[in-house]
Amino acid sequence: MTNAALTDALRAGSSSSITIDVGPRASDLTVRLGRADDLLALAAVLTGPHAMALATVVATDETRSPDGGFKVRYIFEPTVAAAHDQFVTLLVPVDPTRPEVASLTVAIPAANWHEREMRDLFGIVPVGHPDPRTLVVHDGWPQGVFPLRKSFDGSRRVPVEPAEEFPHLVAEGEGVFEIPVGPIHAGIIEPGHFRFTSVGETVLHLDARLFYTHRGLEKRMEGLSPLDAFYVAERICGVCSVAHGLGYCEALEQIAGVDVPWRAQLIRSIALELERLYNHVGDIGNICAGAAFHYGTATGMRLKERLQQMNERLAGNRFLRGLVVPGGVRLDLSDDLLGVLAATLQDTLAGLDGLMGRIEANPSVVDRLDDTGVLPHQAALDLAVTGVTARASGVDRDARRDHPHGAFASLKPPDLHVVTISEGDAMARVTVRALEARESIRLVGEFLRRLEPGPLQIALGEPLPGGRIGLSAIESARGEAVHWLRLDAGGRVERYHLRSPSYQNWPAVALAAERAIVPDFPLVNKSFELCYSCTDR
Amino acid sequence: MLRIVLNALRTGVVTTRYPAEPSVPPDRFRGAPMLRAGSHLPPPSVCPAGAISERFDDRGRHVSLDLAQCVFCGRCADDPWKDAVAMGRDFELAARCRDDLRIEVVADDPAAAAARPAPDRDAEAAGASSEIRRVLGRSLHLRHLDAGSCNACDWELAALLNPVYDVRRLSIDFVASPRHADGVAITGPVTRNLETAVRRTVEAIPDPRIVIAVGACAASGGIVGEGYASAGGVDRVLPVDVYIPGCPPRPEAIIFGMLVAVGRLGARRACLGEAR
Repeated sequence: MTNAALTDALRAGSSSSITIDVGPRASDLTVRLGRADDLLALAAVLTGPHAMALATVVATDETRSPDGGFKVRYIFEPTVAAAHDQFVTLLVPVDPTRPEVASLTVAIPAANWHEREMRDLFGIVPVGHPDPRTLVVHDGWPQGVFPLRKSFDGSRRVPVEPAEEFPHLVAEGEGVFEIPVGPIHAGIIEPGHFRFTSVGETVLHLDARLFYTHRGLEKRMEGLSPLDAFYVAERICGVCSVAHGLGYCEALEQIAGVDVPWRAQLIRSIALELERLYNHVGDIGNICAGAAFHYGTATGMRLKERLQQMNERLAGNRFLRGLVVPGGVRLDLSDDLLGVLAATLQDTLAGLDGLMGRIEANPSVVDRLDDTGVLPHQAALDLAVTGVTARASGVDRDARRDHPHGAFASLKPPDLHVVTISEGDAMARVTVRALEARESIRLVGEFLRRLEPGPLQIALGEPLPGGRIGLSAIESARGEAVHWLRLDAGGRVERYHLRSPSYQNWPAVALAAERAIVPDFPLVNKSFELCYSCTDR
Repeated sequence: MLRIVLNALRTGVVTTRYPAEPSVPPDRFRGAPMLRAGSHLPPPSVCPAGAISERFDDRGRHVSLDLAQCVFCGRCADDPWKDAVAMGRDFELAARCRDDLRIEVVADDPAAAAARPAPDRDAEAAGASSEIRRVLGRSLHLRHLDAGSCNACDWELAALLNPVYDVRRLSIDFVASPRHADGVAITGPVTRNLETAVRRTVEAIPDPRIVIAVGACAASGGIVGEGYASAGGVDRVLPVDVYIPGCPPRPEAIIFGMLVAVGRLGARRACLGEAR
């Protein structure tokens, strides 16, 4: 679909004049709405005939800028495999004295959490949203306090006040009972509250309440120099450190208008694949824990540990922190490390093949995984899920191909085999991970062959231009992460927003659990393996 | 089944000998930064986590670095401060007192060791430790408590149970209920949304109990600091017995801290620059 056809359709779908500009990137479009009422119609044009999905929603408080007011940007992207690398932004100005926008949630379920988050943090009310409950701020949050407004001082603590119990969404009826789980769980895992309503073992409904680890990191980054803010972005999530660090860097480098040297691009992509690899291998092991297959758990942990020890040799940190920096990479790959890398990957491949062989040959494990926690293809599309979750439900999307970054952004990117399986069950998610892990090992070899001597960093130049928007998408181990960054006139961070893949995928867990029995929930949850920290921020 | 047994035999023993034998981190590992007295030390603004501070007196500029806050990014050891700061490889940094994690040097005077108050904390720490030893013996059963971490520290705690670290060989284990626990390993800066759950969980652990703050966020707020959603460290909410610096601390560093907690290893003492 050409841009001309798209702009014509958008103009035809709006009742008043709209302005369509190219941006934030050269391949993107930004549509500024004359009337906020047009939002639903224009969103329908994008999601309907143009087969786009909601990628993220970014609210900003621009009351201090000459333009004034609040703004909400609804950012859409194609859902078709190997489509043009494009984001389309619908920009809606919001009057701060009457902060309301029409809710998209009923038409576009993927907008649900984004709109609730915007209501909690900015006080912008999505009119017509079916769920009035808070999402990000929890019990006892004072009325009328919106932490992401510029008038709010984010550096002070807001005390916890006594509050009524949170109204969980539960099923009711004879023989139906509620099982509350969390936020503190029995294992070494992240916090979240799961309220099951079940009849016997069968789950009728699951209401997941997250954002316990909300640290206010987006507010924390505001006002920082872009270099200081990078270290916060790198620490939003432990097991997505490379992906989120890189996403922030790419957004910043777009603003600065610099091209990162080729050698640095390759090392960044190698780091991204190594992160995917240790995650996928560890996740396969953890799924075995959910199926009580302890040999598999121990093997997965051992293989992951070996990879993390290699990470520490490469980057000085077991989560590869401190490798990617704005403008390039901080450390080179020396010859002796290349040897370590090759040997470790070879052993990992053999170990992974052995582990998958044992899983597939073990009927008691396969029986637990087959047909468990099914996410149907249509639900995957409606919720706009991403990553392994999407590909195991037959959605052929991968940001490495669809929004090229790192070494994939070159003129001759390496071939990428995007693995898709249509079943959508836990077994499909295990299989996608195993195949992607093998693909990652192959890709690292491909990147290493392309390495040639060259500089590792480019200076970003100071001060960085204010007002310009950086928008990047990175395929992390869990799927596509969308980063949105804008600096103020003084070159400091004005607003940063991360839509993590876990954020997008969590509602799918609740949906898949409703087709399972309560004892299978840990297995279903582990088969999605989502982060709480990058969801909650 | 036979293949599983054969594979297990072929794999052999992969478990580390730490702490009986020292663990040597790789060359690039970024451990405790070493500040060189009398050199061109970086200004506080260099540190993204706010771990570096300075003060001035008649002896000149004193620069101090708080290991509890340090995220070990290595920025203060990059150009142009390469000669003033080096990232050391020391990772056994756990301390009973927050003050013991502060390194201070006088930037203008290479000869002068920085003066510091000498708190009488040995007696206090020894007292707490002997009570814990009397009740708990040498074993330690911990509850993990995520108080808003980025999950890196959590994964490192989980790694303690993998075949390589296997902390059960040191009679340390993780339990499901706080009622079964001798103490708690807390990660994260204590978010507002978890503060109540953190307090309740710790209160459910029988006395005497050990509170271990694992990682920069738990030990000091780390890069998150204090804010509308974060308390800025566990000790803002509860008394902490042992602080384990790191972002995240490597598994051996956590093992070291846990052994310090039960009094089986000596804690880090206050140190001055490279004087250790």
